[in-house]
Amino acid sequence: MSFQTFLQHLVNGISLGSLYALLAIGYTMVYGILRLINFAHGDIFMLATYIAFYSITTFLLPWWAAFLIAIILTALLGILLERAAYRPLRNSPRISIMISAIGASFLIENLAIVFFGGRPKAFPIAPIFSKIVRIGDVSISIVTIIIPIITVIALVILNFIVNKTKTGMAMRAVSKDYDAAKLMGININHIISFTFGTGSALAAIGGIMWALKYPQLIPLMGVMPGLKFFIAAVIGGIGNIKGAVLGGFILGLGEIAIVASSPALSGYRDAFAFILLIIILLVKPTGLLGQNSAEKV
Amino acid sequence: MKREKVIQSLISIAAVIILLVILNKVLTPFQARIFNLGGIYIILAISMNLINGFVGLFSLGHAGFMAVGAYTSALLTMSREAKEMNFFLEPIVPWLLDVQLPFPIAIIIGGLMAALAAALIGAPVLRLNDDYLAIATLGFSEIIRVIFTNTQSLTNGALGLKGLPYIGVTDSPKEAIWWIWGLVIITIVFMVLLINSTYGRAFKAIREDEIAAEAMGINLFKHKMMAFIIGSFFAGIGGALLGHYMNTIDPLLFRYLLTFNIILIVVLGGIGSITSSVISAIVVTIAQELLRVLDGKMQIGSLIINGVPGTRMVVFSALLMLVILFYQRGLMGTNEFSWSWFKKLPFKTKKAKIS
Repeated sequence: MSFQTFLQHLVNGISLGSLYALLAIGYTMVYGILRLINFAHGDIFMLATYIAFYSITTFLLPWWAAFLIAIILTALLGILLERAAYRPLRNSPRISIMISAIGASFLIENLAIVFFGGRPKAFPIAPIFSKIVRIGDVSISIVTIIIPIITVIALVILNFIVNKTKTGMAMRAVSKDYDAAKLMGININHIISFTFGTGSALAAIGGIMWALKYPQLIPLMGVMPGLKFFIAAVIGGIGNIKGAVLGGFILGLGEIAIVASSPALSGYRDAFAFILLIIILLVKPTGLLGQNSAEKV
Repeated sequence: MKREKVIQSLISIAAVIILLVILNKVLTPFQARIFNLGGIYIILAISMNLINGFVGLFSLGHAGFMAVGAYTSALLTMSREAKEMNFFLEPIVPWLLDVQLPFPIAIIIGGLMAALAAALIGAPVLRLNDDYLAIATLGFSEIIRVIFTNTQSLTNGALGLKGLPYIGVTDSPKEAIWWIWGLVIITIVFMVLLINSTYGRAFKAIREDEIAAEAMGINLFKHKMMAFIIGSFFAGIGGALLGHYMNTIDPLLFRYLLTFNIILIVVLGGIGSITSSVISAIVVTIAQELLRVLDGKMQIGSLIINGVPGTRMVVFSALLMLVILFYQRGLMGTNEFSWSWFKKLPFKTKKAKIS
């Protein structure tokens, strides 16, 4: 492999890794607070791309307005999802909440099939995003460069919210100890809604960039990526935002490395994430950056 | 008391057999097909209920074990000509080309292969709990699917296998009902015996409180492993039957969606009850056929509604959500059907006192 091809793959890997990182954060934030795998996160991601699609094609909005609307609406949908599917079950056994999450995910998918149609749709890409730049001998589409930049900006903002604001402090408190946080006068419901909103907004940003990179929309597009985003979160240590970013990059770079190293292995690309997951769960179940917590009897 | 129960069970089984004879005569081929599919779903639902309902392990790997069973049984029963016709991209591995076993042996081997896969997967994965277990089993079933998609010379890859032999040793379609429902009866009897044995009590103890169960001296890992392997064995058999029932299998059939269908049946019926799985499997299978009208054109009076494909599944997912949100017990909760219900009826008051 020449140095030039290596660079090409590296750029692709970083770009894919940033997408995984962005989406994994949504999983990790929700898990950190509610100890719940939000199976519907992948479908929220799918809805964001469809909202952007219809804003551009049906309502003829400029791309930036469409993207903004998609992010806001998706955040609202995320909050709605939590209200409808998770809040009523907050004190139920874990297995019920998980079934509810799976049910919500399938309900959204099936509704999407009914309303958006099962046929793939081509995402309209504004000309700005389809340019190709050459840096030295490496030619890269502009989207590939934009993705990591947007990811970094989103992460800086998120980091500020979580670590410097009062809401962020409350979020950290809830994830540390749910009951104690309640006793300290934190409005748990607000914080959970806010978490779902933020996570879904990040999913929308990721979804739009995903659609710019792979411009084909189908109602089931969130299923497989959704599982991978979750795996990225587990690899890094679920409940830990930095871990989610690390896991996302490991997964993204690893996948590209597999495809790049030998074409014979490229069919196993989807299995790679799951194999990595199992290895991590066996070697270090808390993930790379996760903290051990003793089980209380 | 004990003898009475055995007699009652035998009477129930005899009643079911008589019912089957009648149904086999009365039902049209299409209705018989739906009825048989219901039977296959009963086996699958019970096997999932053992793992998820009785031991409380939230496993999402069912589709993977079904795939193992279905492919094993398909490759073992197909004739040499059928295999050569299927494998036109790449020839089949030579040691499988001439293998052709009778149907009953093939499905049992299918089940055993699924159990073997479960044993290999279970050893590392069952040490995890709750969510991690769900994701890891789901991951394994996806890995199995990806492997089957890529092993062209063994499973014919994404093209799948076509022209699987019909269920049964002859070509008569009337025979399928006996094989499928015979296996349903065997599965139910086996599960009831298992659940009421000491192992079954240990399973329920693990479900209720793992730590307390361990403190009582129950070997957690051994029992979890056992339930997982037995459940997967029946999942493999169910998958093999499904393959022969559909005559065609390909890796896309064994997606996560298939596992979801079975979860739907188990949850609607009530997690942790065999009776409810049986009723729910039949009801859901028939309802899925009846609700097909939603996907097509409907005429109510002079009003014509154009159905949208997929509406059917919306109804089922919404139903699942409603049940889990408002009526978590499902149809029957953890109750089971038993003859003592009938004893409570007025005309049998005498017997009720004895028991």
